[in-house]
Amino acid sequence: MTEIVYQLRNLAKEYAGRRVLDIDFLDIYRGEVLAIVGPSGSGKSTLLQLLNFLESPCQGTITFNGEVYHSARLPSLEVRRRVTTVFQRPLLLNRTVWQNVFYGLALRNSPEREQRARQALNQVGMLDAAHQGALSLSGGEGQRVSLARAIALQPQVLLLDEPTANLDPYNIRKIEDIIKDLNRDQQVTMVVVTHNIFQARRLAQRVAFLMEGKLIEVASNPAFFESPQDARTAAFVAGDMVY
Amino acid sequence: MITDFSEIITLSLRVSGIALFFSTLLGLPIGALIGLYRFPGRKLVVALLYTGMGFPPVVIGLLVYLLLSRSGPLGSLGLPWLPELFTPGAMIIAQTIISFPMVAGFTMAAILAIDPQLRQQIRSLGASEWQIAMTLLSEVRLGVIVSIVAGFGSIISEVGAVMLVGGNIAGRTRVMTTAIVLETRKGNFDLALALGAVLLGLTFLANLIMLRLQGKVLD
Ligand SMILES: Nc1ncnc2c1ncn2[C@@H]1O[C@H](COP(=O)(O)OP(=O)(O)OP(=O)(O)O)[C@@H](O)[C@H]1O
Ligand SMILES: [Mg+2]
Repeated sequence: MTEIVYQLRNLAKEYAGRRVLDIDFLDIYRGEVLAIVGPSGSGKSTLLQLLNFLESPCQGTITFNGEVYHSARLPSLEVRRRVTTVFQRPLLLNRTVWQNVFYGLALRNSPEREQRARQALNQVGMLDAAHQGALSLSGGEGQRVSLARAIALQPQVLLLDEPTANLDPYNIRKIEDIIKDLNRDQQVTMVVVTHNIFQARRLAQRVAFLMEGKLIEVASNPAFFESPQDARTAAFVAGDMVY
Repeated sequence: MITDFSEIITLSLRVSGIALFFSTLLGLPIGALIGLYRFPGRKLVVALLYTGMGFPPVVIGLLVYLLLSRSGPLGSLGLPWLPELFTPGAMIIAQTIISFPMVAGFTMAAILAIDPQLRQQIRSLGASEWQIAMTLLSEVRLGVIVSIVAGFGSIISEVGAVMLVGGNIAGRTRVMTTAIVLETRKGNFDLALALGAVLLGLTFLANLIMLRLQGKVLD
């Protein structure tokens, strides 16, 4: 039996009275990689923010590890710490690369901090830049440090918002390998937002298509790509969608 | 002569130093609170702060004067811990009131300039509300240092308020600025110029020290 990590029910988020996310039903399973695809502005990043409990929904519930949360019941710090996000833009602290990766570990007083930070930096190929100021990194380097900072925490759930958007093909493959390894070896549950259909295909066990805040289709890989049920999904996958 | 000279400088530094300590103690948390959190009445506090930053120091001197004078509301109460007029304590009060809006205002501005998403990222890394606040403050450490320098600049070179509440009493409340005014009026341009040079040098030195500090914090 597959365990469910997240159950989203009747979940909505509004900004200034405009509904930007409206999900009736979505389950996320333990140890899976779920890809979220969809046009720009369809609410992908907003969904990740709700999953990380960074924003609270205006309606509906998120059940996480069997506990029900909603706008009037937010998870404790300890629960929140099981989830972390790699943001679309690398938002690094004005400190060294090392201190950035060390940051979340220090907050938690994690054991073996040094070793975990070093290992994470090594994994993304940024160990040599450990003592460089993080704000002086290039876009792609920043993105890799941002990923290292998240995986060092060994979260139960890792949310990735366009993790390879600024990277060259070599580094894209490297990051994708890290994601696959984490999922295979440590059963980290992952939600990956990507614009890249091929990346979704390479990484995910299931794919969800989001459009104007609504879930149009959720299907397993490769059925999602090969036999989409909804005409809009088919158009999006084929690159024919106009938006 | 020389002892007068160094006495004046020492008193200036002591008064402004203590005032700066209090205005940082007061201004930093206020600036941080307004910068970090939304709460009812926040707009009003911001408006008051901006007013405070642009408030003519001499008027603050006047208000402190009225407040502390024996016939004033506080003077007549005879509170023992309140300094009397024409003492360094009175000058410290005036300078604290002049400079804390600077410290608070610049700290607030520095925090508001932070990318709002950075806060989300910090939260996402597992920071508690308190840890988020401390991390954001450390992100704007340069702005905080600058706010303190600005506060120092606003009081070390101020004349009107210290003249009013201090009274420019030789050996007791005579600071550099009030001494310069007096010596110039008396035609003692040498002494006035010398004090002016020290004042200039001090502000320069303060900025230099702060720059050094900034470098250290960054490493
Ligand atoms: N903090 C906010 N305040 C107001 N509107 C917001 C906010 N965050 C997101 N929105 C709006 O919500 C909608 C969905 O935004 P979101 O960032 O989730 O889209 P996205 O699918 O991630 O897009 P992209 O692929 O371009 O990153 C957009 O129209 C956006 O303008
Ligand atoms: Mg987005």
